[in-house]
Amino acid sequence: MKRYAAVILATGLVSSPIAARAQTLTLYSAQHEQVVGMLTAMFTKQTGIKVQVHTGEGPDIASQILQEGADSPADVFFTENSPELNFLDEKGLLGPVDKSTLAKIPGKYNASDGDWVGVLARENVLDFNPAMISESALPASLLDLQKPEWAGKVGIAPSDADFLPLVSALIKQDGKTAALAWLNGLKAGAKIYQDDESVVAAVARGDVAVGIVNNYYWARLETDLGSQKIDSKLYHFKNGDIGGLINISGAAVLKTSKNAAAAQKFLAFLVSKPAQQALGESEVDFEYPLAPGVPPNKLLAPFKTLQPPPISVSALGDDQEAGLLLQQAGLI
Amino acid sequence: MRRRPSFWLLAACCLASGLVLLPLGVTAVDAAGAGWATAGALLFRPLVGVLLINTFLLIGASVICCALIGTAAAWFVERSDVPGRRLWAVLMVAPLAIPPFITSYAWVSLSPALEGFWGALLVVTVSYYPLVYLPVAAALREMDPALEETARSLGNNVPAVFFRVVLPQLRPALLGGMLLVALDVLVEFGAFALLRFRTFTTAIYSAYRAGFSGAEPALLSMILLLLCIACLCAEFLVRGQARYGRLGRGVRRRASRYSLGAWRWLAAAKFAGWALLTIGVPAGMIIYWLAQPGNAATAPVAATASAVAQAAWASVYLGALGAGLTMALALPLGILAARYSGWVVTLLERAAYLAQSVPGIVVALALVSLTVHSIRPLYQSTFLLLLAYAVVFLPLALVSVRSALMQAQAGLEEAGRSLGLSRAAVLARVTLPLAAPGLGAAAALVFIAVTTELTATLLLAPIGTQTLATQVWADTSTLAFAAAAPFAAVLAVISMAASWLLARRFGAASALLVN
Repeated sequence: MKRYAAVILATGLVSSPIAARAQTLTLYSAQHEQVVGMLTAMFTKQTGIKVQVHTGEGPDIASQILQEGADSPADVFFTENSPELNFLDEKGLLGPVDKSTLAKIPGKYNASDGDWVGVLARENVLDFNPAMISESALPASLLDLQKPEWAGKVGIAPSDADFLPLVSALIKQDGKTAALAWLNGLKAGAKIYQDDESVVAAVARGDVAVGIVNNYYWARLETDLGSQKIDSKLYHFKNGDIGGLINISGAAVLKTSKNAAAAQKFLAFLVSKPAQQALGESEVDFEYPLAPGVPPNKLLAPFKTLQPPPISVSALGDDQEAGLLLQQAGLI
Repeated sequence: MRRRPSFWLLAACCLASGLVLLPLGVTAVDAAGAGWATAGALLFRPLVGVLLINTFLLIGASVICCALIGTAAAWFVERSDVPGRRLWAVLMVAPLAIPPFITSYAWVSLSPALEGFWGALLVVTVSYYPLVYLPVAAALREMDPALEETARSLGNNVPAVFFRVVLPQLRPALLGGMLLVALDVLVEFGAFALLRFRTFTTAIYSAYRAGFSGAEPALLSMILLLLCIACLCAEFLVRGQARYGRLGRGVRRRASRYSLGAWRWLAAAKFAGWALLTIGVPAGMIIYWLAQPGNAATAPVAATASAVAQAAWASVYLGALGAGLTMALALPLGILAARYSGWVVTLLERAAYLAQSVPGIVVALALVSLTVHSIRPLYQSTFLLLLAYAVVFLPLALVSVRSALMQAQAGLEEAGRSLGLSRAAVLARVTLPLAAPGLGAAAALVFIAVTTELTATLLLAPIGTQTLATQVWADTSTLAFAAAAPFAAVLAVISMAASWLLARRFGAASALLVN
């Protein structure tokens, strides 16, 4: 009898229109729109909680949340790069993530204070056009690209949010002076594009020989064009070179969220097996699912073969210094 | 006896004009909040120099191109025997029905080499030359042929007559059109953003994205506002002295057309080529991309039938509500301007026209800044977006509303009053029915403008609301041209169909009013 009552109560809660109306989650997202669309549809189907999404670039949304302050309508922030999460965490705007959610992901990919959880990873790579340059002529280190012999051959997108973590990592590894020198070298010799999408397109059509991008822009272009039509390949930096930096895409619950329980549910869903598997199989996403044992898309190099630099996500910090340095170099 | 406007009418007008001035005030306050030191550092830096150079170069080049092409096209259509004049007369105005960012999308998807200054110049010229063509063609139609004939009889050849007699008479129309082009270049955002050409509007958008509503975007907005207001004032002055007196308005003959001989076929070919460039390329590129497979992976927004339908519905819905709110604000101002006089009336009307010089991005930014903390419930609401549309498009509505009310004779209203109707009843039973066609045209104009609006929508759309314009923007920003095509196609079709209907209806309606 008791069991029946529980079932009736549960179905009542799920199907009651009042409960359904009250449960709408507001997600501020800097992740790929199609991927988020897939995830929120799965989540709503599973929990009955509706999700409304506000999309933008990671750093932009972080500053929007900062400005909105206690009034922010956002419940969850889901972004492509960890520095934006660290930034909001430093400002005290993030609440703690449920322990059980954090436990699903290897600790080194989560915030050290447990205020955000890692969901996906991306690799920084060098995209190159084999018709213009042979793989053996590619540099051992990303830092070589500032040299005069690379002038006119390199495409970069300093205003893309994905460029900032590279600069942050360089500051951590070699200091500000060296990072600024590298940026000045690029400013003098590299071709500047608006975003990573433009860089991979430029490499594919032979505008530049190489381009500094995240791996998934190439994978998306290759999927769209078909492997016969794309005239570019990926080169992975090895031996812990800064160029092989791994960017962590993560999610957090805002401290001011009025739907904290539902927000925690959404985070738990993001790291759950079904969601992580769907991300790994997606023909749109091309990022590494961080839950152990979930294989990524076949276009990606196996996660184990990557040799990223030894800089942890917490050491990477926020990207405020990197942004200032880019301004100083006149790149943004 | 001078009539006085009722309290309620004045109150409504004050509200409308105040609403228009609001973004200016908010921007000024935000900019002042920076303090002198910060403001100096933000204003006197290389970026502002680059923006000023870009802006002035583009304005200079595009104004000259538009003036040359617009005047030449007008002369050939109005004063030569080029074959197919009726067709060209329509096609030369048609680009006005294509939003510039759609033209921009078409060209940049044709070749990435068009990013930057030359692409911007091309897009601006093909989009805005009708602003010169229209007034110049009208002036050519109105011109008295006697002057030209006198000049010919005194031994001037055709080019000399054009430069010494016709051009000076065209000056007011030409200058007015050129200043309109300059103003439109200053406030345009979407076309330049897609072409990666940096002007004040795109820099304000970047500053807004990077720092949300801080002092930096407000300061850049102030510079842009000053430039716009200077343009508007110049345009006002030009229009003020725009009268070439002709004593004794007797019966004026229709001007004779110059015969081009065999050259007229070359002229026709040039018209055809130009139409191909201005209308053919946008239409052709949209059709080309519609036929391509749809960027399954690169597009942020997949162009499914339901996504297109939803976006189209949002655009039309916002267009209808936006037109309604704008008309509600424009109507009292129109009544005041058409029926009353005095300094208060002039002041209120001028204030409303000032909105013409306030770029959409500045309005949107000011409204975000105002509501994010102070008027909290309005933040990210549909109403706030509609308010932005109303501010931006009030001058557009006001011009038509005013002229529609001017044509409805005040004497008939007075007769209604003397027969015992209240003011409200006169408005409902006499004024509005008389002015209805003109008011309908005004509402339709605003509807088209709101449906194709990008800038304010981008900043103010409530979470989860996507319009055709914002979807084209999102897909084109990541170079997913094929995915953008269905949204662009529906947007272009709505805009062109509505413009065509409007031109037909408005033509017929104005003929009725005149008779």
